[in-house]
Amino acid sequence: MAQRLVIIGAGMAAGRLVERLSLDHAGAYDITLFNAEPRGTYNRIMLSPVLSGEKSYAEIVTHDEAWYSAHGVTCRFGEQVTGIDVGAKTVTGANGAVPYDRLVIATGSSPFIIPLPGRDLEGVIAYRDLEDTHAMIAAAEKPQAKAVVIGGGLLGLEAAAGLAARGMQVTVVHLMGHLMERQLDEAAGFLLRKALTDRGIKVICGANSREILGENGHVRALALEDGRELPCDLLVMAVGIRPNTGLAVKAGIEVARGIVVDDQMRTNLPDVYGLGECVEHGGALFGLVAPLYDQAEVLATHLTGGQAAFAPKEVSTKLKVTGCDLFSAGDFAAGEAREEITLRDPKGGNYKRLVLEQNRLVGAVMYGDTNDSNWFFTLIQSGADVSAMREQLLFGPAHEGAPPLEPYGGRCSLTG
Amino acid sequence: MAGKTSQNRAKITCTTCPYCGVGCGVLAGQDGSIKGDPDHPANFGRLCSKGSALGETVDLEGRLLHPVVHGKQADWDSTLDLVAGQFSRAIREHGPDSVAFYVSGQLLTEDYYVANKLMKGYIGSANIDTNSRLCMASSVAGHKRAFGTDTVPGTYEDLDEADLVVLTGSNLAWCHPVLYQRLVAAKQARPEMRVVNIDPRRTATCDIADLHLAIAPDGDAALFNALLAEIARRGAQDEAYVDAHVNGFEAAVEAARASDPALSGLSQDEITAFCEMWIDTPKVVTVYSQGVNQSVCGTDKVNAILNCHLATGRIGRAGMGPFSVTGQPNAMGGREVGGLANMLGWHLDIENADHRAAVQQAWDSPTMCTQAGLKAVDLFDACASGKIKALWIISTNPAVSLPDAGKVAEAIKTVPFTVVTDIMARTDTGDLADVLLPATGWGEKSGTVTNSERRISRQRPFMQAPGSARPDWKILCDVAARMGWADAFDYAGPADVFREYAALSALGTQFGRDFDISGLGDLSEAEYDALAPVQWPVKWPVRKGEPSGGRFFAKGGFYHADGRAKMLPITAPQVAAAPADYPFVLNSGRVRDHWHTMTRTGKSARLSQHLAEPFAQIHPEDAFALGVREAGLVTLTSPYGTATLRALITSKVARGEIFVPMHWTAQFAPSGLVNPLIGPAVDPVSGQPATKGGAVRAEAFGAGWYAFIAARGAIDCKRPYVAKARTTTGWQAEIAGFKTPKDWEQELRDITGLSAADATVIEDSASGIARIALTDADGTIAALLFAAPDPVAVARAFAVSLIGTQTPAFEALAGRPGADRPDPGAVVCSCFNVGVNTLKSAIAEGANTVDALGAKTCAGTNCGSCKPELAALLANQLSKVAAE
Repeated sequence: MAQRLVIIGAGMAAGRLVERLSLDHAGAYDITLFNAEPRGTYNRIMLSPVLSGEKSYAEIVTHDEAWYSAHGVTCRFGEQVTGIDVGAKTVTGANGAVPYDRLVIATGSSPFIIPLPGRDLEGVIAYRDLEDTHAMIAAAEKPQAKAVVIGGGLLGLEAAAGLAARGMQVTVVHLMGHLMERQLDEAAGFLLRKALTDRGIKVICGANSREILGENGHVRALALEDGRELPCDLLVMAVGIRPNTGLAVKAGIEVARGIVVDDQMRTNLPDVYGLGECVEHGGALFGLVAPLYDQAEVLATHLTGGQAAFAPKEVSTKLKVTGCDLFSAGDFAAGEAREEITLRDPKGGNYKRLVLEQNRLVGAVMYGDTNDSNWFFTLIQSGADVSAMREQLLFGPAHEGAPPLEPYGGRCSLTG
Repeated sequence: MAGKTSQNRAKITCTTCPYCGVGCGVLAGQDGSIKGDPDHPANFGRLCSKGSALGETVDLEGRLLHPVVHGKQADWDSTLDLVAGQFSRAIREHGPDSVAFYVSGQLLTEDYYVANKLMKGYIGSANIDTNSRLCMASSVAGHKRAFGTDTVPGTYEDLDEADLVVLTGSNLAWCHPVLYQRLVAAKQARPEMRVVNIDPRRTATCDIADLHLAIAPDGDAALFNALLAEIARRGAQDEAYVDAHVNGFEAAVEAARASDPALSGLSQDEITAFCEMWIDTPKVVTVYSQGVNQSVCGTDKVNAILNCHLATGRIGRAGMGPFSVTGQPNAMGGREVGGLANMLGWHLDIENADHRAAVQQAWDSPTMCTQAGLKAVDLFDACASGKIKALWIISTNPAVSLPDAGKVAEAIKTVPFTVVTDIMARTDTGDLADVLLPATGWGEKSGTVTNSERRISRQRPFMQAPGSARPDWKILCDVAARMGWADAFDYAGPADVFREYAALSALGTQFGRDFDISGLGDLSEAEYDALAPVQWPVKWPVRKGEPSGGRFFAKGGFYHADGRAKMLPITAPQVAAAPADYPFVLNSGRVRDHWHTMTRTGKSARLSQHLAEPFAQIHPEDAFALGVREAGLVTLTSPYGTATLRALITSKVARGEIFVPMHWTAQFAPSGLVNPLIGPAVDPVSGQPATKGGAVRAEAFGAGWYAFIAARGAIDCKRPYVAKARTTTGWQAEIAGFKTPKDWEQELRDITGLSAADATVIEDSASGIARIALTDADGTIAALLFAAPDPVAVARAFAVSLIGTQTPAFEALAGRPGADRPDPGAVVCSCFNVGVNTLKSAIAEGANTVDALGAKTCAGTNCGSCKPELAALLANQLSKVAAE
């Protein structure tokens, strides 16, 4: 008889795990899949295009209930898990307990809500799931509706752009001096800001929020420390995420910032695994999809008797705002031993920054033309020595492997 | 006498090329089209790269369009009054020898004649010398010593008919490309014809040579002495000819025997092979040019060559003879009108009182010079020492072209009153003048020139004179009139001048001279206008069917008093040990696509791309020892000056020798002038400067940065190294310096004046790399800069091609095409703009001959000047393939 595997959470990492187990090791496990959201797995990254109206929900579904059922997975969707009994090896949901031989906790993360007065007002939301997306779409239906987005990071800007695309007057309020400061330097941040401003989005950087003002229980405005009031019908907080670790803590599983896992995604308790945004590995948290998929692959292998270990790789991000192509990858903080190759093209709206350390590409940021981003990402991941191609590195794969110019004809104005 | 005129052919004008002494016929269309004249006997339709691009050089950019007095625009009348007044005052206060003219082999004969008449017969001084001094004076002196006159005995047909052509001191392929192509064609038609190229460098001319003799600098006299000694040893001399027509045989042979052949720098085997070839081939033509002339022993070298031809009687017969090829379009015309300070017109002698008297009588002139005037170098020395109070420089650029050019520039500044006549507003010399007078240029002026084979051709106008520019003869006559000699200079036009000059050539024949064009002395205006190319002598009266021209001296008839030629005893110069401080021998010369100081060729983008900056050819081992890298910069220093140039590292020059082209001026490359390095040493007989015999030391320039700039507009930049050139899209510059500019973007804005353009900037500060694009509001690229700590890697032709396009700035800053777009590479064929990479691809695809390359890429199929390079590229690429 197959072992019983219970998975809490049907996010993208869990979806990948079930897919691996179902397709490559069908029958190895008898799987029960809990999901607090009343639906199967969808590509959360693509919520922004849904918000902006460029895609429909149907287009971003990866594994719906029908798919899971067809693959023999027992779906407990829309059912909140209330507890884990690691001694009895059961998981209890609203509709009763399920025993497990092995348990995967993939509870994901929750948006961080700034503890501002008025945060509970109607119309104050985070940007995390389909419900939030629908709420935002609904808010945008009111003519002349205004929105404030707190947070000028990836998610906040995608929310802002999506709302603007739906006709809202949007203001982005950002604490730091320039947008996306974790990915971009000032110059690129400036270009991004200009592009957003060009599409009607107001951007306020270096702004501290003081209070959310309401009227009849509904948000009316955001008050800033400097006294400015930004009227709004909708206030979206997009200032970061926190791993959902409540269930694990209650079950006595070791939790630091996230559920602590080893290279095989094991927690400190036998047969209990962590997966996805809720885990902490080697002191790091994960918010981007690529390492989550890696974790899922490792875990699938491990659960079916294979050898695998999770090792975080360099990650890349892309801003999904149509017309604001932005890509960043690797580590692009400045440093003593670091050298930079930059392109500034404010008129053309192009910016590129390559960060090198010991002749290796360790980070890349591009804004505008991001066509070659995958090539750079591969270079960062491979850690190849780029000194021989440094002169033309910025120009990407079209210039890779070109023979060096000859001294006469290529390095002076003499024909040899 | 009937020929083609502009009237006979709609909108096509038959004229003559203004560049070298080959004197090619050109068909110029009013639409700017340029073609070789198929009926002109100098070129039979061929043109070289320079001639083919003439249409690109007649624009008005940079032209001097009105008189300028002390930097301010002035009118003709007051300016001519000023000039005449200043010259008259100097003559009145300091005598006739206190004034001087320095003129040019680019003047037309009519201009030249009027200048000489004014100076020698009216001012009464012989202080008129010409830039032909720098080019031909040693040949003139050698001819006169041997023949009694300055006579070129042969014709171009001799090159077709010879069985052996010896080229010595002549990079014919680049400097006289049409003659070279003629030789190539002759050799193709008669493969048994052989060619020997004698040159310290392995030049493009070696492509045709069966034997290249890499002679030591100034080793020619030793080699031709060895040849004469061998002729005598073998008894190969033409006893009958020598007995009948030649003096000095014994003494010359004795001197030749005493001469050490090793001074030629050649091995005994090489000398033997050369002597055998020469002696065993009766139909031998020895072509010589500036490599022989521009030397402290140039005249001796000429006579060493002439000795061999005189001893064997190989002169003046089909396919035989010595052949001096001149560098300027009218060097020969200048010699005929007495353009040099030590001669009178019509090949008469200034030292001969009878000649002087006859000329004075003919001119009916108030005075006459009594002795030779100051030759070029002496003339500017006299300027420096304050003896010259008024100087008139016409159509030449001595601040660049004379040796010790820096001192010459200072000397010009010393002269209280300097007039410069030119077609260009800015030249290095014009910048020093008190008065600038605008002359008409090629395509605008009317007159005659004489080429290297004594053929007189018309230069005809096909364009209006721009601004208030006037012909040189007219300017000279106007000044002469204001000096009080209106009647003697009252010419109605160039035909009027020509008639007087031609008719008076009877004077020459009266004294038994060679030069005779009296048959042309009564040409009507229409006949002058229609004058077909004609070789002198043209005796009077012209009889129908009686041929003019022809060869001299087959049956003797020399112009010394006894009618015999003179062989001279020649002592080959000892090679002085190189001074320790200046260990390199500095050679100078022309490149394929430029001419003189680039005032004309520098306007053509096509001509400017082949070698777009001044350079120093240096042997790889020397470069290695000096730490000079490929495409790096090298600084040359002599006791006279310094120059910084691109190092062209090549084994085509011998160790210890450096070659630098002569063309670059402060207008294009302020650090790239060769003549400031050259000492003022001259040939003691001819006074010709030894511009191929400098001594320098060389050092790596030690640049901290290099940059390449392409821009739509002018480039104005002061940096330790700057070399500008025209491009098809505007201008380009190679620059370099020591301390890296802090702000490259501002630097490019300052250099191009594009202060408001949008900038796209790439920086790799750690590597010292910066690339900037400046664009217009609509994204059109206006300027590109590429900077690096090493000689900067940019596909120049590609970068240049992007100027004026809306290529995305980032793409442009790649500096070379991506994988999807081929880079044509550096231009090899100027006519069709074919790059080296295009040629390499064609070779890889199977084009394995020069003709096949031409069929595939068009390269070499117009002027053919690049064919030697195509052949070299083929040899190189095919050997690579074979090795793989």
